[in-house]
Amino acid sequence: MSSDKKSESISLEALRSGDRVEFARLVETTYEMIYRLSIRMVNNPQDAEDILQETYLKAYRHLKGFDGRSSVSTWLYRIATNEALMFLRRQKPGEMSIDEPLEEGESDQPPIQIVDWCCLPEETLLSSESRAYLDEAITRLSPSLRVVFVLRDIQGLSTQETGEVLDLSETAVKTRLSRARLRLREELSGYFGKRVLEGKGM
Amino acid sequence: MDKHECCHLLGSLSEFVDGSLGEDICAEIERHLADCQNCQIVVDTLEKTVYLYHTTSQETTTPEEVRQRLFHCLEIDDFTGSPHD
Repeated sequence: MSSDKKSESISLEALRSGDRVEFARLVETTYEMIYRLSIRMVNNPQDAEDILQETYLKAYRHLKGFDGRSSVSTWLYRIATNEALMFLRRQKPGEMSIDEPLEEGESDQPPIQIVDWCCLPEETLLSSESRAYLDEAITRLSPSLRVVFVLRDIQGLSTQETGEVLDLSETAVKTRLSRARLRLREELSGYFGKRVLEGKGM
Repeated sequence: MDKHECCHLLGSLSEFVDGSLGEDICAEIERHLADCQNCQIVVDTLEKTVYLYHTTSQETTTPEEVRQRLFHCLEIDDFTGSPHD
């Protein structure tokens, strides 16, 4: 990720000593990835902007405590994912469980939708209507699956980096990612399956 | 088709499409896919699902006003690398 590379050249020492120019450089090189994470987590521009601002306000306040054991971008991701998860918890109190059961098979449902929609043309798969559906489908994942999916498949973090951000084992990251992808596949199969049938005049 | 085998492999398909599984389990899945059209469809559509999200994720950009408000709220508007610096 290019923003990661750029943020690597940020001087931690300067940041910790309160250097505003260096802090501005940090924000400049990372705000897009944090905004992208936020908007995929909450699917609403206003709330995503709040999360973005809160992330950097918190980061600035806690700069002195940042020990540099993880990369700056991992640290920012950690703050931003916490903000997003807290936001979701406030939005739907009680419904949110960060730690959903992870035992293999416990909530793994076998695939129900068996329609081959891969043959649909790219302009259907990537139409603006389809894109809106893709974004919305993410929000139907539980927050704990959503955050793993967004970090791995939207932000392109590795399994190890995702585990570091969320304080999860690599096995837990893989299990959640698998579950999230299979659920999204179900959602998209329901949606695109209809297009396939329409195409066949059914 | 062995339904039990389908369910057994389901949890590995995500890593399978990433190509991050060991040779043995890959071979086992490929053997199964050759005989099981339903699982082949699940693999293909799973791959496509990941592909669609990868493709669309690259296109999210941050509106300029959002950037400006961020810099303003952090009181770092004056420190950006804009041309007048």
